[in-house]
Amino acid sequence: MTSLVALVLSLMYTGLKGTHELNEAIYAKKAILAAVQNKLGIDAGSLPVEKVQEIFDSSIKQEVYDMKGNLLTPEQVEAAGYKGGLAENVDINKEAKKPESERILPLYKFKDGNNEFTILSVQGKGLWDVIWGNIALEKDLKTIAGVDFDHKAETPGLGAEIKDNKVWKNQFIGKSIYDKAGNFTGVAVIKGGAKEPTWQVDGISGATITADGVGEMLKRGLNYYGPVLDKMEKS
Amino acid sequence: MAQAQVAAKQSSIGFGKAERKLLTDPLDSNNPVTVQVLGICSALAVTTGMKNALVMAIAVVFVTMFSNIITSALRNSIPKAVRMIVQLIIIATLVTIVELTLKAVAFDSYKQLSVFIGLIITNCIVMGRLEAFAMANGPYRSMLDGIGNGIGYGIILIMVAFVRELFGKGELFGAKLIGATDDYLLNTQSFELFDIHWLSWYANNNLMVLFPSAMFVIGAIIWAHRAWNPSLVDVS
Repeated sequence: MTSLVALVLSLMYTGLKGTHELNEAIYAKKAILAAVQNKLGIDAGSLPVEKVQEIFDSSIKQEVYDMKGNLLTPEQVEAAGYKGGLAENVDINKEAKKPESERILPLYKFKDGNNEFTILSVQGKGLWDVIWGNIALEKDLKTIAGVDFDHKAETPGLGAEIKDNKVWKNQFIGKSIYDKAGNFTGVAVIKGGAKEPTWQVDGISGATITADGVGEMLKRGLNYYGPVLDKMEKS
Repeated sequence: MAQAQVAAKQSSIGFGKAERKLLTDPLDSNNPVTVQVLGICSALAVTTGMKNALVMAIAVVFVTMFSNIITSALRNSIPKAVRMIVQLIIIATLVTIVELTLKAVAFDSYKQLSVFIGLIITNCIVMGRLEAFAMANGPYRSMLDGIGNGIGYGIILIMVAFVRELFGKGELFGAKLIGATDDYLLNTQSFELFDIHWLSWYANNNLMVLFPSAMFVIGAIIWAHRAWNPSLVDVS
């Protein structure tokens, strides 16, 4: 009987694997578009699959860099373990398990008429498990145009608010990742309310550790892109 | 002679009063959640939204129905020593099929329900009905019992999800009805009917999104159920 069960399940699994991978890819693409959805006036979650693909093909340029700021070729990305060689194939959670100097960084350049954004991927630790997000920067590479976060195991109503609460996420729009003196700070999430609104946002009641994790993730994750963004600014 | 007649009646496939009772009992007088008090765990976790509750309910109906049919068909050939293990294999296979199908067909629901689809395996209702009914009855009647219990569970799930989603997030099936709007926390949406703006003062109650509220709502439903049907008081 177990052999029959094993046969049925393995057949189902192999048969549906293509659909599963396609669904995962579209989900990840929607997460990237969600970082700029506010500025574009769309709702990334409810876009049809063809529209997501169309926006990606027409308006997004995908690049992968290493920690020193060098652009990697698709072959090098494939050598790092990601079939397809594009930024969308890079798994940010898998990268976080490698030592810091060996990580590769996906970067998305969105350009559609007057809208020009740079979307970066960051990863960190929440209360129970990992959290990650996509951060969209304006053309000046100093101001945030939008964010989208996701988590593995945070509590609904508390830590999961980083994903579900649109009002909290919209706070990040317009925040600077540098403080008034020009030092890089990322965006800090302050329990009890932001003291310096230029580069701080309010925290979430009942979710201090997750919110702290978001702040730490932004500071460290955006810092990884330092060499890349410096090169982009100079050119 | 009489015994043969009884045996024939038991295995016949009809839809008489006894069969209808199998379907309707779990909805009211033998409800798995409010009377048998089984399957509470998943009722806490998936009832934050009506869409999730509906998907979960359909998944549980599918699993209870088919596990009942299969176990009942095999009930005479399962050795007593490995009874539980075989039941587990049947349930786990069905849940895996549900999970793989959901991942392919409704990916957003899959991402939202994540671990809880897998936890249907541990749902007391499924194992409970296998032990209590399928091991002693024919496949057709077991199927009806499985469907009835699944639907009974689903009704409670939808009732809890209705309250929690409406008062916790102000939405129903994702459509915003009342409570704070997305752009600014102090702007509220109101529900317009007969030219009156209902509940325009309502700010979302975050307690309804957290797990304890599900316990409160289920407790209130059990209370209401037993007040409406006094024969159930002190039955368990």
